[in-house]
Amino acid sequence: MNLGALRRGLGNSLVQAFLVVIGLIWLTPLAGLLLSSLRSAEDTARGGWWTTFTSPGQLSFDNYAALLENAGITKAFWNTVLISVPTTVLVVVIAALAGYAFAWLDFPGRDTLFLLVVALLVVPVQIGLLPVAKLFGQLGLFGTIPGVVLFHVSYGLPFAVFLLRNYFAEIPKEMLEAARMDGGTEWRIFTRLVLPVGRPAIASLAIFQFLWVWNDMLVALLFADSASQPLTVELQSQIRQFGSNIDVLAPGAFLSLIVPVVVFFAFQRHFVQGVMAGSVK
Amino acid sequence: MTATATKVAVPPAAEPAVRQRRARRRGRIVALLFVFPALLLLGALVVYPVLFSVGRSLFDASGTRFVGGENYTEMFRDPATLKAVRNTAIWVVVAPALLTGLGLILAVLVEKVRWATAFKLLLFMPMAVSFLAAGIIFRLAYDEDPDKGVLNAAVVGVHDAFRGSSSYPTARARDGQGLSAGADGSYRTSTTVSPGDTVSLGLVGVAPKDLPEGARPARTAAAREAAPGELRGVVYLDFTRGGGGEPGRVDPEESGLPRMTVQAVRDGKTIASTTTAADGSFRFAGLADGTYTVALPGSNFAPPYDGVSWLGPALVTPAIIGAYLWIWTGFAMVLIGAGLSTLPRDTLEAARMDGANEWQVFRRITVPLLAPVLTVVFVTLVINVMKVFDLVYIIAPGPVQEDATVLATQMWLVSFGGGNNQGLGSALGVLLLLLVIPAMVFNVRRFRGSQR
Repeated sequence: MNLGALRRGLGNSLVQAFLVVIGLIWLTPLAGLLLSSLRSAEDTARGGWWTTFTSPGQLSFDNYAALLENAGITKAFWNTVLISVPTTVLVVVIAALAGYAFAWLDFPGRDTLFLLVVALLVVPVQIGLLPVAKLFGQLGLFGTIPGVVLFHVSYGLPFAVFLLRNYFAEIPKEMLEAARMDGGTEWRIFTRLVLPVGRPAIASLAIFQFLWVWNDMLVALLFADSASQPLTVELQSQIRQFGSNIDVLAPGAFLSLIVPVVVFFAFQRHFVQGVMAGSVK
Repeated sequence: MTATATKVAVPPAAEPAVRQRRARRRGRIVALLFVFPALLLLGALVVYPVLFSVGRSLFDASGTRFVGGENYTEMFRDPATLKAVRNTAIWVVVAPALLTGLGLILAVLVEKVRWATAFKLLLFMPMAVSFLAAGIIFRLAYDEDPDKGVLNAAVVGVHDAFRGSSSYPTARARDGQGLSAGADGSYRTSTTVSPGDTVSLGLVGVAPKDLPEGARPARTAAAREAAPGELRGVVYLDFTRGGGGEPGRVDPEESGLPRMTVQAVRDGKTIASTTTAADGSFRFAGLADGTYTVALPGSNFAPPYDGVSWLGPALVTPAIIGAYLWIWTGFAMVLIGAGLSTLPRDTLEAARMDGANEWQVFRRITVPLLAPVLTVVFVTLVINVMKVFDLVYIIAPGPVQEDATVLATQMWLVSFGGGNNQGLGSALGVLLLLLVIPAMVFNVRRFRGSQR
């Protein structure tokens, strides 16, 4: 082995060591949450979660058992599902329809309207809160799950339409013309050709949208009432007594993050693509 | 009009032309049906609110009086809102640059290891976690009590390893038992001693459970005679559990105080210094003849160092930015990594062949070639950082909330969180929108460019 190879080898082990340290730093806060969620509030008040390494007897699933008995938390969990699933479906359907029209159908003002959609990509949700709250108040939607869903759908649409329109525009023209020649209606072409071809983009979009809404707190904080509030809002309402509520907050936070993390590991590729594409928001 | 004219002028072609026109009209109606749901929602819940907010921002709190730009000047006058503007500026200056830099470094380094995929997955995973969960995670990590917050536990551990920890913050001497207190928290013998003497320094105020592990009774050591030229003694806890001890005397059960710093002082100068053993004994050998006082310096009794107040007013914003780094570094790394994999390998290899070292390759070739990707990452992060809300709302404890406030949280507080000033709230919303308009223009331009 010559000197250069030796130096490279040494450099490489330094790089490995550095990355291991970074990895541990990234893992530690998460491990802290998980271990804290498995300890009683009294144990947490007495010492850090790392004491479980030396006295693992503190660990139990009691907090999680209590969480399942906690009506507020279970209700909020279902509300989260009832908000994020319909939102995802609606965004995908509405955006796919519009994306196809923007890509392949002819109607007056098409290009101008699409530029407007592109411009709306970065509009912050904050600016919609107050006016939409007033509007929903008049329509009786304020404080309801449909209200929360409608708001999310609207602010998810610019990105969704943008993504799907661009993906659909890549479909070869000959394919669509052949289908039209065969006498297919636009609806048939849309359901039988465009949707199947667009599956990868739709999957990325659906995953991104699902996570966005599942993890939302701000919108639900305003538009949901106590009966329709999702897990994030239910948990944040207990933050004020952080120390004494840690036996609810830690397992609750873990419950709230385990669904997206499972989705993440199950659909890594689509997930990364969706988040990458969606980051323009 | 034109349509009618054509129809009359060319009768033979009329039939197919009409059919074509009808088909076209039908096609347009179908197209409009396809886009209608999207346009309805965008119009009613996005475009209309933007216009409404712009209008509303020109009226006062209750919405009855037109005030023009007053809400916008108020923004820079009201101390709380001004604080939010400043904090958002700090966020925008610090977070995207740090993230892009860190992402770049990690993207380059991770290519050199075999477990790159696992590492990328681990760092990207926080992107799946809600800000709320991340907030709770970091409230835990930043806890001020080093027995609860892992960060302060680490800081205190490092501090004590280098500076040593004082073991007896609560210890004190009884009055009139031979020790007098100094202004700096130290104690010294009230009378002078000389080599050949043995001294017993009794302290109280240490709970038996706070005694260091391995502390042993001091009685035997206290009875040991000092050799000539040697100054001996014990520092002990002058307290017998259950009573029965005599103040000022080393009773059988009374424990020594180990690891106590002891100094021999002569004419105000420290001549020698040592630490006590497990039974509290100490000895100074080889002292010149003369009179000394024995001192217990204040460092023995200093309150324990209990770490950094992460979520206090001064550090709360950097602390929250730290949590933000935990969430977004993976994003920057993966995006930059994707750009890295498209770089021409030949160019890099050629440079290495020419004898360039890794740093030169990185500095002169990798970074310039990656500039477009770095710009996209940076701009994306700026847009996201300007809108940060949940993390600040969750991590900053109630009393520190106003020190950590950013535009988005301030907008929330002013409009809904008790402020109830919807004029100012709308103006803050409009300001947020104005701040992202460059990004909007950038997007529209980039899109139009891609269509040509």
